[in-house]
Amino acid sequence: MLEQLQELHVQALDELSRISEPDELELWRVRYLGRKSGVTQVLRSLATLPLEERRKVGARANEVKSALESRLIEKKRIVEEVHLISALEQKRLDVTLPGRPVSTGRSHPITQTLGEICDIFKSMGFQVFEGPDVEWDYYNFEALNIPRYHPARDMFATLWIDSEMEGRLLRTHTSPMQIRIMEKTRPPIRVIIPGRVYRYEATDATHESMFYQVEGLAVDENITLADLKGTLFEFCRRLLGQERRVRFRCDYFPFVEPGVEVAIDCLACNGGGCRLCGYTGWIEILGAGMVHPDVLRKLDIDPEVHSGFAFGLGVERIPMLRYGIEDIRLFYSNDLRFLKQF
Amino acid sequence: MKVSLKWLKDYVDIKVPLKELAERLTMAGLEVKGMEALGGNWENIVVGEVIAVNPHPNADRLRLASVDLGGQQVTVVCGAPNISVGQKVPFAHLGSRLVDGHTGEVVTLQPVRIRGIVSEGMVCSEKELGISDSHEGIMVLPHEAGTGMALNEYLGDVILDVDITPNRVDCLSVMGVSREIAALTGQLLNLPEICYEETEASIDSFVSVDIADPDLCPRYCASLVKGVSMAPSPDWLQQRLSSYGMRPINNVVDVTNYVMLEYGQPLHAFDYNKLKGRQIIVRRARDAETITTLDGVERTLNQDILVIADKKRAVAIAGIMGGLDTEVTEETDAILLESANFNQAAIRRGCGYLQLRSEASIRFDKGLSSNLPLLPVERATQLMLELAGGRAAEGIIDVYPGKGESKPILLSAEEVRRLSGLEVSVEQMIGVLKLLGFECQDTSSPSQISVLAPYWRGDVKCGAELVEEVVRMIGYDKIPITRLSSPLPSQEPTLMLDFRQKLRDILTSYGFQEVLTYSLTSLEKLQKLSPELELEIRPLNVANPMTIEQEYLRTSLRASLLSTLSQNQKMEEAGIRLFEIGKIFLPRGKELPREKEMLCAVLSGSRAELSWHGDKEPLDFFDAKGVVEKLLNQLGLKAVFEDSDDGSLFPGREASVIIEDDKVGVLGDLHPKVAQAFDLGAAVCLIEIDVEKLLDKAAEIRRYQPICRFPSVTRDIALVVNEGIAYQKIKEIVQSFPLVREVTLFDLYTGEQIPEGKKSFAVRVVYQSPDCTLTDEEVNQTQEEMLDRLRRELGATLRG
Ligand SMILES: [Zn+2]
Repeated sequence: MLEQLQELHVQALDELSRISEPDELELWRVRYLGRKSGVTQVLRSLATLPLEERRKVGARANEVKSALESRLIEKKRIVEEVHLISALEQKRLDVTLPGRPVSTGRSHPITQTLGEICDIFKSMGFQVFEGPDVEWDYYNFEALNIPRYHPARDMFATLWIDSEMEGRLLRTHTSPMQIRIMEKTRPPIRVIIPGRVYRYEATDATHESMFYQVEGLAVDENITLADLKGTLFEFCRRLLGQERRVRFRCDYFPFVEPGVEVAIDCLACNGGGCRLCGYTGWIEILGAGMVHPDVLRKLDIDPEVHSGFAFGLGVERIPMLRYGIEDIRLFYSNDLRFLKQF
Repeated sequence: MKVSLKWLKDYVDIKVPLKELAERLTMAGLEVKGMEALGGNWENIVVGEVIAVNPHPNADRLRLASVDLGGQQVTVVCGAPNISVGQKVPFAHLGSRLVDGHTGEVVTLQPVRIRGIVSEGMVCSEKELGISDSHEGIMVLPHEAGTGMALNEYLGDVILDVDITPNRVDCLSVMGVSREIAALTGQLLNLPEICYEETEASIDSFVSVDIADPDLCPRYCASLVKGVSMAPSPDWLQQRLSSYGMRPINNVVDVTNYVMLEYGQPLHAFDYNKLKGRQIIVRRARDAETITTLDGVERTLNQDILVIADKKRAVAIAGIMGGLDTEVTEETDAILLESANFNQAAIRRGCGYLQLRSEASIRFDKGLSSNLPLLPVERATQLMLELAGGRAAEGIIDVYPGKGESKPILLSAEEVRRLSGLEVSVEQMIGVLKLLGFECQDTSSPSQISVLAPYWRGDVKCGAELVEEVVRMIGYDKIPITRLSSPLPSQEPTLMLDFRQKLRDILTSYGFQEVLTYSLTSLEKLQKLSPELELEIRPLNVANPMTIEQEYLRTSLRASLLSTLSQNQKMEEAGIRLFEIGKIFLPRGKELPREKEMLCAVLSGSRAELSWHGDKEPLDFFDAKGVVEKLLNQLGLKAVFEDSDDGSLFPGREASVIIEDDKVGVLGDLHPKVAQAFDLGAAVCLIEIDVEKLLDKAAEIRRYQPICRFPSVTRDIALVVNEGIAYQKIKEIVQSFPLVREVTLFDLYTGEQIPEGKKSFAVRVVYQSPDCTLTDEEVNQTQEEMLDRLRRELGATLRG
């Protein structure tokens, strides 16, 4: 029996050494360690042997069994290792192949800019409102100190729904909302109004018949031009960079007094003068001023007690400056080759 | 307004550099938009006087001219036929940069020997100086040109292009801009001296003036000059008018234009002898009264238009344009010169009605001061006597029914601070206001002054306007920078704004590109949305459209979105997904239209970008539906989809989106005719959603569902039904069993093994109870009942 065990042992190890595939290992295990294997049979037949021999053979058989088991574990580790290496090699990818496309969409650059503008003013305590695109002459002109036949009407080439008499028009600025808000609200007021505005204007690289404005209005006791300067200064620097300089100069809008034109130093030449800024170093970005006392008075706000500032910002200007866009018409012609860049 | 620097210097000493001057004007409200140097590259070119002209010894057509350059004499060879002794001419020294008369190129003048004689320079034509194309002869300068003077100094000038805001009509004149410069630079204004002899009888013996409508004509001044000699104006006058883009006509008309540019007061010269009845009447036109204006057009007037008339007829449209009948011509002998003030609104109304504007009307329609007319009429009379001769009648007619007193305005330093944040002293305020011509007087309060605006500043009527004057003189750059310190008003939620942003975020995350299209569109485009080209709603139109492309306010976002898609299809091969969130405009009679927020999206082309990973299938109805389902799901909403009959969409391939029995939108394939009308290549799916309704539904509070602790049981069943049975019916029955948590369609099959006219739905049903673990028996029993109902109600059988 002992010789038989020895033979089995040698034969099993010999066979094991020649195995290279994981499934062959299982067959080997069944053959040499399974229920029908030689070792198992020897162990099973122990009862038939005399006591002395039973002990010897039993001990030997168990030795062989555990030796084979440990060799199996060892072999299995080696075979799996080898196998993994070849499997890894087989699964190698061409990592330079393009990835699976993820479809992406973007919001329009003007929407993005409007969002940024509104966020900055919101953080300064301004409430966002919106108003109608089609307005009455009253709100667009009359209540803003621009009665019929006022020379300032020349500043606003108007698209009329009706004749000038009946009074419906496409708002030429977002300023009518100043009136609508002051009709309903008492100071303190701090609002901005983004929206579309329209002009009777032939389009070219710098003129559109439709564009976006953001109107701002703050009314309370003790509001000054200096506050307007501070507010717009902070706005410009947050939107266009900390190094921006802001210039106030005298300008005229019938519904504000004093009136201001606000310019920033040119982004292209940093104020040195170039084609973009007409060699002045400055780029006009908005009109503003202190709400005219006549406007306040008509809305039952006492101009002796309250004062306020208002401003109107052209939105397209911002991405044009920022990205160096030279033709305003690109925004509303919606060529995907343009829109996909933002 | 273009202003000549030379002309400005007639009235004010300009001591600051030009760039600084432009900067100061701009900061103070008169924006200098450009500066154009006239003359330019005339170095080494001077004014010379021709003192002798001799024949060239070796050439018949050439001559030798001796030119005095002021202390130096040179001889030049000259081929110009017009050269003669006594002329003042531009002389170019060697080394000057000139335009070659033949090639047009700029060349440097080199010493050259012409037929044996060396020319020491050259007398120049206008073309050689770059002034005009004239090269027939040399340019002859006016006699007053100083011999030896640099040509740049004599002819050169800088034209400032100043943007005058509508409130500053006083600055639509050289005098006005000079006044502003004087104030800003602390200089005095030098006014022209007006002095002339009146040698004729009193003007009253020649003409009377009667203002029938004093509301529309507050003042009318006139002078009379007899025996004028009509001729072209002298060069200096012609040049000044030309630099403003005005065409010189004759000495009389040019004087009126010159004085208008100088003082800002429009003047009109009548041929006195053509006026009937020695009478001027300022009155409203009669209805349908006609007049032929100076431009030769016969115009029909109405009662709102003011005319200047004689005894018989209208001879001018007041403040707008003179009449042809009484025009000054070469034969004119006597001039009646008008300098009047007209109501600003009336002029504007007249211009609007007549569709006619003039240099005069653009000044009158901004509201000139009624204090202005007298000085300019005297100035023009003086110039006319100088340039056209003649004899002035004694006196000036001055009918002034609109004379009024201007009211003083109270101003305190505190008011300046309250509005501008700028701290000023009373002395400072008085100082700058006086420079601008305001009269300041003390009041009983030491901190307050009483201010009277000068007549030309009719735009300053209240304290705030005075504050602006003070601040712009001190400088807007001196305004401090402060932060708003007033209390924060309460804030309201901005539901629509936020909701639109949410929709945008969701759609862009699905691969949709946002577009923004014009609110105005054409009727044709809106019509194309219907296969029958019928309009559901008559859109509101603009009375004065710029183009027919932008004439109607859109009643739908579809048209512009489909056009955008069509344009992009021509460029883009991959699938295109676009959306717009915007307003449509629904007419409401004479009221403002209802402006409604809509969402429209279009999908077309291949589902995925071209890639080696495959999926080259085109986007279809179910892509659009998937988008809507997912979008609603993200908003916490559930919709049912029903057959719809939208005109723009493909019948049978379109669905209404219904939430809580309310239709919130529609989706489907585009009707082939509509696709064709918009020139769309690939098949297009469209989604349209009423954003306002959706916001309403989505605003409801959402509750969380607890996660079920008990295991679920999944069963797949394959049902065979008649072709006409909608999936929705099966889903409704399956879902009606309380133990069913989820039902998903995972296959739809027709073909082999399925009888003709039938189809097979494979659905996965997930059973789960919130209270216990389900047993097989419970699931089996429910499924039995379910199959039974499906069989009875829909004729559905299990697929064998
Ligand atoms: Zn620049």
